[in-house]
Amino acid sequence: MEKQEIIKTINTFLIEEFELDESKLTPEANLRDDLEIESLDFVDIVVVIEKEFGFKVKGEEMVNVRNLGDLYNYIIEKVNQKE
Amino acid sequence: MNRVVITGMGIYSVLGKNIDEVRNSLYEGKSGIVYDPERKKDIIFRSALTGAIEKPVLKGILDRRSRIGLPEQGEYAYLSTIEAMKLAKLDQEYFEKNDAGILFGNDSSSLPVIQAIDLMREKKDTTLIGSGSIFQSMNSTVSMNLSVIFKLRGINFTISGACASGSHSIGLGFFLIKHGYQEMVVCGGAQELNPYSVGSFDGISAFSVRENEPTKASRPFDRDRDGLVPSGGAATVILESYESAKRRGANIIAEVLSYGFSSNGDHISVPNVEGPVKAMGMSVKQAGIDSRELDYINAHATSTPVGDMNEAKALDQLFGHFKPHVSSTKSMTGHEMWMAGASEVVYSLIMMQNDFVAPNINFENPDEFSAKLNIAQKTVNKKINIFLSNSFGFGGTNSALIIKKFIE
Repeated sequence: MEKQEIIKTINTFLIEEFELDESKLTPEANLRDDLEIESLDFVDIVVVIEKEFGFKVKGEEMVNVRNLGDLYNYIIEKVNQKE
Repeated sequence: MNRVVITGMGIYSVLGKNIDEVRNSLYEGKSGIVYDPERKKDIIFRSALTGAIEKPVLKGILDRRSRIGLPEQGEYAYLSTIEAMKLAKLDQEYFEKNDAGILFGNDSSSLPVIQAIDLMREKKDTTLIGSGSIFQSMNSTVSMNLSVIFKLRGINFTISGACASGSHSIGLGFFLIKHGYQEMVVCGGAQELNPYSVGSFDGISAFSVRENEPTKASRPFDRDRDGLVPSGGAATVILESYESAKRRGANIIAEVLSYGFSSNGDHISVPNVEGPVKAMGMSVKQAGIDSRELDYINAHATSTPVGDMNEAKALDQLFGHFKPHVSSTKSMTGHEMWMAGASEVVYSLIMMQNDFVAPNINFENPDEFSAKLNIAQKTVNKKINIFLSNSFGFGGTNSALIIKKFIE
């Protein structure tokens, strides 16, 4: 899966599911402070990742995911590992 | 002791999505019952009859976090509460600055529980259920969600009293305000309306199988009734002290006079006569009225053979000497179960405001017991000053509310 395709998929669910404004979706955007994604929301992100990318997130792997760029990179890395 | 008044009401039911639509349906004696072919496909239901309701679309109205915690009955309750708040001239700002509580009747939230179990079995991993399920699944889902959405700061829990849940919620809200513990309580009842939630109920042969005539299936008090029809939705009434209503300049719809209750201490599913007689008697006594002042009785009657017979006996025993108008709006709605006690208060308030008694449709031939009652076969145009609303449930729980048109 191409990097741009992964980013597009993530952004699409953030826009559609989380009702976030597309202009806010920059790699630097802090998930909690800028995008107001709270701990309960991470549960739903885990569900979407499993559905869209076919792997199960382990809680400890998400500890260092702070901004949207971290999330992109985390998913890209996991997808590449799988492939 | 405080006087307790109703300043707002809202309804989302199989008779309509708001008070105006429901008023027309009640007046015209319109049925909300349909045949659902889905109940004969995968899982075979004994009866495919059900109330039919339009699923609300709350995207764009409520934020995501609020939406994903709401099961279907929570969505209905959100809408009925919004309507009640508008009528009561209340907004979120009022709730943030004043002490208002919530007591809602609800006794199941089956669908989210089933969906979560299906997911757990499929994925073998609880983290893939999602974050909304837990808040949708609990019996307290409606009070839990609405208290957060509307920022309520007073009492906050759910009443589970089977098919009398909604009525008990109003009764308990009434007591709290009457005795000065709360100034305002958002009361009501909500009922999910999906096949799975009533599968086990269908399985005990409680439902009508008059599938060739869906709108004639729910026929309380009629000689040829053969069971109830499951239904659902939500209803809200805003109760507050008279002082609070006056201070706010709210429009007062009616006054709650009394809440009678009892437990049959008898059979789990078969109602008796004594329990309802006790609850109704208590309500009349507490209201301090002569029972002849009752202009209308909204019966619990669900269209089951024994239940309707025993209620007819109880009504005749207490009120046979003057025969007030009686009707069961379940003839049109089907049995709204956890919601029924609240919705039937709303239906009766609508009748009170518009000077009519809604018909007990499908009452074509009385049986020996219903023949002794003054059942409104057709819409009766008359003024209602005081009404009694009955609600009974499994386990023999009974509630009887008496409500009066407001006079200063």
